[in-house]
Amino acid sequence: MSGTALDAAFFVRWMTVSSAAVDREADHLTELDSAIGDADHGSNMQRGFAAVAKVLETEPPATPGAVLIAAGRQLISTVGGASGPLYGTLLRRSGKALGEASEVTADQLREGLRAGVDAVAQLGGSAPGDKTMLDALYPAVEALAGASGSFDAAADAAQKGALATVPLQARKGRASYLGERSVGHQDPGATSSALLFAALAEAAK
Amino acid sequence: MSEGAGLVGIVLVSHSGPVAESVAELAVGLAGGGFTAPVAAAGGTPDGGLGTSSELIAEAARTVDRGAGVALLVDLGSAVLTVKALIAEGDELPEGARLVDAPFVEGAVAAVVSASAGAELAAVATAAGEAYGYRKE
Repeated sequence: MSGTALDAAFFVRWMTVSSAAVDREADHLTELDSAIGDADHGSNMQRGFAAVAKVLETEPPATPGAVLIAAGRQLISTVGGASGPLYGTLLRRSGKALGEASEVTADQLREGLRAGVDAVAQLGGSAPGDKTMLDALYPAVEALAGASGSFDAAADAAQKGALATVPLQARKGRASYLGERSVGHQDPGATSSALLFAALAEAAK
Repeated sequence: MSEGAGLVGIVLVSHSGPVAESVAELAVGLAGGGFTAPVAAAGGTPDGGLGTSSELIAEAARTVDRGAGVALLVDLGSAVLTVKALIAEGDELPEGARLVDAPFVEGAVAAVVSASAGAELAAVATAAGEAYGYRKE
C-alpha cells in the first residue's frame, strides 16, 4: 500500500472494485445464503453495490470520508435485507471517523474501519464467533494493525476468517434458527466482507 | 394545523407490506371510534417484495410526524436493523423519531391507543413495551 495516496479517488476505486467483485461473486453468495439464510445475499449485495458504483461515478465526493458516507447511505437505501443496514453502518461510521481530510493515513484508515466494525457489532448485538461478517471484519482490522500492516495481509486475514466460519454454529439472524444445522456452512456475510477487503488490496495496487 | 397536531405518530415496519398494513388497520380499529393518532405502514420493498425499505420508512415517518415525535415499531431482522441504523447514523428520519422495543402486533395496538389518547412519546413507548409482559400461558 505504500506509495498509494489514500485520497477520495482511492476510496472511489475501492468501492468500484468492490462492486465488480460482488457482481462476479453474486451467485456464490446466494448459494451460501440458500444453505442457511433466505437465498438473497448475492442479489441484495449486487443491487446495493451497483447503486454505490453509480452514485460515486455520477457525483464523486471530494473526501475519503464523504465517499464512504455516500456509499453507506446507498447500501442502507437499496439493499433491502439485513446486509444493507449492516454494511451501510460499517461504511458510514468509518467515513465519519475519517473526518473532512482530503487524504488519510493508513493508521487513520485502520482506526476508521475499526470504528465502523465496532458499530456493526453494536448494531447487530454480535461478537466474533457468532458466525457473522464480524468473523472476517475483526481479523482484517487486526491484520492492518499487525507487523506488516498491509492491505494484502488484511485481505488474507478476512478470507481466513470467512473460511473459519464453516464449523461455527450461527448465533445471529435467520441462520441461528437452524441451530446445529448451521454448522458446516460458510457464512455468506463473512464471505462478502472478505470480498470487500480483497477489493481494498486490489484498489491499492 | 394538520390533522392530529400534537399527537405522536406511529410507523409500523414489517418485512411484508400486507402485514404492516393489516397491523395498522387492526391497531386503528381496536383504538376505537373517533379520532386516532396518525399511523403509517412501511412494509416490504418499494416493488412489493419481502424486505425492508429505508425510503418507505422515512416517507412513512414524515407522513405521521406532527411535531410530537414518531414511534417506530418493527417486526424482525432487517426491519430492526434498518431502523436502528437510520436512527444511529442517518438524517433521513424526522427529529424525535424513536425505535420502540415492543412485540409488533400487541405493541402496535398499545401504541396507537395511547398515542390517540394524547400520550407523549416516552409514554407511548412504555405502553407498547409493556405488551411484552402479557403472557399467553
